[in-house]
Amino acid sequence: MRIPCPYCGSRDIGEFVYRGDASPVRPAADGAEAAMFAYVYLRDNPMGRHEEHWYHTQGCRNWLVVTRDTLTHEIPSARLAAPLNAGDAV
Amino acid sequence: MTRYSLFSLAAKAVSGHRGWQRAWRDAAPKAAYDVIIIGGGGHGLATAYYLAKVHGITNVALVEKGWIGGGNAGRNTTIIRSNYMLPGNEPFYEWSMKLWEGLEQELNYNAMVSQRGVLNLAHTDAQRDGYARRGNAMRLHGVEAELLDLDAVRRHAPFLNFDNARFPIKAGLLQGRGGTARHDAVNWGYARAASALGVDIIQNCAVTGFLTDAGGAITGVETSRGPIRAGKVGMSVAGHSSQVAAMADLRLPIESHALQAFVSEALKPIIPGVITFGAGHFYISQSDKGGLVFGGDIDGYNSYAQRGNMPTVEDVCEGGMALMPMIGRARLLRSWGGIMDMTMDGSPIIDHAPIPGLYLNAGWCYGGFKATPAAGWCFAHLLATDAPHETATAYRLDRFATGHLIDEKGQGAQPNLH
Repeated sequence: MRIPCPYCGSRDIGEFVYRGDASPVRPAADGAEAAMFAYVYLRDNPMGRHEEHWYHTQGCRNWLVVTRDTLTHEIPSARLAAPLNAGDAV
Repeated sequence: MTRYSLFSLAAKAVSGHRGWQRAWRDAAPKAAYDVIIIGGGGHGLATAYYLAKVHGITNVALVEKGWIGGGNAGRNTTIIRSNYMLPGNEPFYEWSMKLWEGLEQELNYNAMVSQRGVLNLAHTDAQRDGYARRGNAMRLHGVEAELLDLDAVRRHAPFLNFDNARFPIKAGLLQGRGGTARHDAVNWGYARAASALGVDIIQNCAVTGFLTDAGGAITGVETSRGPIRAGKVGMSVAGHSSQVAAMADLRLPIESHALQAFVSEALKPIIPGVITFGAGHFYISQSDKGGLVFGGDIDGYNSYAQRGNMPTVEDVCEGGMALMPMIGRARLLRSWGGIMDMTMDGSPIIDHAPIPGLYLNAGWCYGGFKATPAAGWCFAHLLATDAPHETATAYRLDRFATGHLIDEKGQGAQPNLH
């Protein structure tokens, strides 16, 4: 498996660390306990297209949101998890 | 069902082995059953068998989307052990070990249960202390465990790389009753015995949805071979638990991950029992055919692909070479990936679903094989009595919400670290 890092280009999976499903969004600290439970524990765990966090630890050390197919391991796209500052080159 | 015996084998041998019966009936679905079990792996088959044998519920359908033995039942490393530490786990796995010990007589089937010992190696003083603690916890639960010093480890497995500069071997925790079993035989044996008691084993029958009544309770399943009604539906589908649960609009604390395993060419007997590397993640045993069977970590990212990637292959083989360099010249015959239902605390779920009529046996991570007999026993108990078996009371679905996690490794809510 190779991941197309927006900064470094296509790189071997061994350079990256997987940090899980990118779709759960942390609820507000004063929100309901059930929302925090769902955020921490429950997952859609889809078969097919999955958006997920990968950290390019052996490369540019950017956090990426990678779209990957969990059945075929095909990776159609990857983008930076946080927007760049104005003027940063990609 | 003809009993297998030395006499029946000899009688068939002189007649050229013609006339053996099919081991189990290839049943077609009826319109309704008392209980439907989704998933014809070892756990589902064991559940069907114990429902019929222990609880007298024989009007049972077991529906399997592929064929018996074609899923994770054939994608494991066949290790059996009960060397757990936590009170929620150890009685359950010891019950499983006791069932393994009587399994062949119970099923009249040679499951090749081979109790040659499971040795966990320690490579630091802290790890030795940790194993001493685990061994003591096992003994408090009445399970024999032996902390081996360096000399005893040398006698047990003299070929290990004891003086590795980074990972010197300090000690080992041995469970002498641990070992391996023949995975296919376990499934075939349960299928044969369950079928003989009246269970319908329905292969090539994929569940595509659930039937519900006006109140939302589950009353059966939609399948590729038509609807089947039932009073109770149990799901036991390993890596596809999230997929089947989603058909009932249920989200689980589970991610599916690929675990790779490997077999070498056949060698003469060299590995006594099961040996695990404590500094990395590598475990190895030798099959009765002579192949070295080994594995390590899951690949670490969500996957349904039943195959893994090269960095993990490399990592597993490096672990093997660090531990026992003598296997370096053995050629790898094949490797495969199985899909594991990794829970958020690394422990399984045997519980009612929050939907009436639906029962869960899920979240076995990569420890499902050893649990096969007890998972079947306890899931059958839950299905038959609506109460958890005494050894499985901790495996609740709501433990994630209530904080009663069973985190054997102490890793937190990170399924790919268990």
